[in-house]
Amino acid sequence: MSYRPIRFSGAPGTPHGAASQRRIIRCPGSAGRGKSEGCPDAPRRPPLLYLRIAGYGFRRHSAYRAAALAGAFTNTVFGILRAYVLIALWQARPGLAGYDVADAVTFCFLSQAFIGPMQLFGGGMQLSERVRNGDIAVDLLRPASLQVWTLADDLGRAGYLVLLRSLPPTVVGAVLFGLVTPEDPATWAAFTVSCLLAVVVSFGWRYLIALSSCWILDERGMQSLSIVMMMFFSGMILPLNLYPGLLGDIVRALPWAAIVQVPADVYLGKHDVTRALGFQLLWAVALFALGALATRAARRKVVIQGG
Amino acid sequence: MIEVDRVGRSFTVGRGRARRTVHAVRDLSFTVGAGEFVGYLGPNGAGKSTTIKMLTGILAPTSGRVRVAGLDPTRRRTALARRIGVVFGQRTTLWWDLPLKDSFELIRHLYKVDRADFHRRLDELADLLDLGGFLHTPVRQLSLGQRMRGDVTAALLHEPAVLILDEPTIGLDVVSKVAMRAFLRRLNAEHGTTVLLTTHDLGDIEKLCRRVMLIDHGRLGFDGTVDDLRATAPGRESLEEVVAHLYTA
Amino acid sequence: MVRTYLLLAWTWLRASAQYPVSFALMTLGSFTLTGLDVAGIWIIFEHTESLGGFGLFEVMFLYGTSGLSFALADMLFGNVERLSQHVRAGSFDTMLIRPTGAFIQMATDRFGVQRLGRIAQAALVLGISLPRLDPPWSRMWMVPLMVVCGLVIFTSIFALGGALQFLLTDAPEVANAFTYGGSTLTQYPLSIYGGELVKGVTFIVPLAFVNWQPALYVLDRQDPFGLPYWLRFVAPVAALLLAVAAALAWRAGIRRYRSTGS
Repeated sequence: MSYRPIRFSGAPGTPHGAASQRRIIRCPGSAGRGKSEGCPDAPRRPPLLYLRIAGYGFRRHSAYRAAALAGAFTNTVFGILRAYVLIALWQARPGLAGYDVADAVTFCFLSQAFIGPMQLFGGGMQLSERVRNGDIAVDLLRPASLQVWTLADDLGRAGYLVLLRSLPPTVVGAVLFGLVTPEDPATWAAFTVSCLLAVVVSFGWRYLIALSSCWILDERGMQSLSIVMMMFFSGMILPLNLYPGLLGDIVRALPWAAIVQVPADVYLGKHDVTRALGFQLLWAVALFALGALATRAARRKVVIQGG
Repeated sequence: MIEVDRVGRSFTVGRGRARRTVHAVRDLSFTVGAGEFVGYLGPNGAGKSTTIKMLTGILAPTSGRVRVAGLDPTRRRTALARRIGVVFGQRTTLWWDLPLKDSFELIRHLYKVDRADFHRRLDELADLLDLGGFLHTPVRQLSLGQRMRGDVTAALLHEPAVLILDEPTIGLDVVSKVAMRAFLRRLNAEHGTTVLLTTHDLGDIEKLCRRVMLIDHGRLGFDGTVDDLRATAPGRESLEEVVAHLYTA
Repeated sequence: MVRTYLLLAWTWLRASAQYPVSFALMTLGSFTLTGLDVAGIWIIFEHTESLGGFGLFEVMFLYGTSGLSFALADMLFGNVERLSQHVRAGSFDTMLIRPTGAFIQMATDRFGVQRLGRIAQAALVLGISLPRLDPPWSRMWMVPLMVVCGLVIFTSIFALGGALQFLLTDAPEVANAFTYGGSTLTQYPLSIYGGELVKGVTFIVPLAFVNWQPALYVLDRQDPFGLPYWLRFVAPVAALLLAVAAALAWRAGIRRYRSTGS
């Protein structure tokens, strides 16, 4: 399933190229519910369309089942190793940072479980590949928002990886060490929303990194920068509430905290739910807005200036 | 030069209940003498590539015996590598990011070719294959035809007794194709190099090969001269039609 | 073999020298990324005086020796972890038709010194910790020996991981659990881990000999698990045994190799 080709009335490369695309999305006929005979080439109604793209992302990743299971295995091994480090620390300092040993171990396995869906090692989007080989020009010309479409695909990917890469380490962690499980269904609901928001924040950041290679040629440099941020500022290495002093205050306010630390704290019941979700929502919207600006700039660069 | 005696190669594919054994090559026997120029034909998936990989030591046969230049390819793979040259049309054996000349220098060291021999050989090949214009270009920037000429040169720098070519003319334009054929014919005639060539282009066969072997479903279906091959289906005009008839028969 | 290795490595180095900026950025990236581990250790010791009975500089010593061994093994041979990429791209076939071992060709493929960043970082940590610990000279001889043994052990694990990919071409990440996992495991004193795990990495996958057992000698510490004293000196034997096992596995892998595609 993919986009059907659309003919453009405004030739790409004219200053009105972007405007005419927008007009085509609202092509008469597709606006009327379920009626599209007036414009046979028009895409389906956007919400449905994006839902299908998410489904496609899910299916596309199910082709890499072996790789996902291998990733789960590695995440589990690292979860066990990191858990021992945290246990040693909490044995030396019981109750440190408001966690007990069980909380710390749970935090550790949650962060391992987030690696897949939140894509903590960066990448995970075909977009960067397409920027590199120039196919991005085609994507930018499509009569749908590149950003929303990539997000939908990414959510599908995350959904698949929750099943294959998040559940196994968590189950093994629970068997070996015993993990904390919230009793209140409201906590589970809040955790689910929080995880979803975390994926959107992670997407927002990775989307910016992927698009940055339109301007910054050394893509690998950007990728390593991105991984450093994702690892160190998210809580992946150690819970952020262990970070001392001013450093701690700063990292807890940055967007990466919304990717690991905040959902884990929501799960452990260590964070006021409204404030936690509000914090994530704020960063999700902010990064998404930045992404929209970057998309516009990329379209100007690729479509109007010709790359 | 090449002896293949009752060779089979099977693969296990699929998992669980869908697991089954595929016989890519079964009970294959043939010999190729020194100085022969043999075409190896077969439809896609017939076992051509599997055969080539067993001859070069990339794949171990599941049964039977293979000897190339007197060596068992699986056991003596690196020793065999010094005696044969291999060209894969679909992929390069050159170093992608290095200039062509650097790739050749590396090959000189890897194959322990004497410096004087190397330069004499490279000059000759560069002249015959017209490499002069792109010897210092990185391989990734070469056109397909240029790259293929580079690959053929790389396979011949150590003066192998046997040259194995897997679809060497695939994707080449007419000019490159004609030049490549002329070169191979000359190589075979002047140096006595034994050549085994797989191809889908029957022009290669008609212009180059005295002997043709045809493999289908992992078995040898025909082994003889091009004229014998024509005679199997009298009344068909082109060699293409003859071969297509054999494949579908 | 050494000559072939150096020749191939040098050729790739020259090729990468065409992109000096990229090279500098990647070296810096590798330095920073692995520096995060040290930041983690620093944060832990902000909250405690000792971890598993070991102080900051002892942990830094363990980190430095393990890191140095791993970074050297990674730079010199770590590329073999890309085996499944080569298999899928078909470039492994082309390595097999050359008169040189596939292992050396794999190890040197795209050889780059970006990993010097990691080596420098580990050496720095070791250089900071050693003077503070000030072990007697009569025990210092073990330090270079343990780095070399660690290098052999990690190289063997890289090779085993590569050999494993002959079977699991679709799932090369499994090998990471052993290579990078082994590196992470040995960055901390083994006293923090469970007794079963430590027995496993002493007698099955001999990661305990990368630095833990020799370090107990250098630091003159009791073994928290009460294992025999002579184990502190058998790192070379363990390294050798693992290297033999890795070589056999690699050969078996090549024998079993099923070239894909046409």
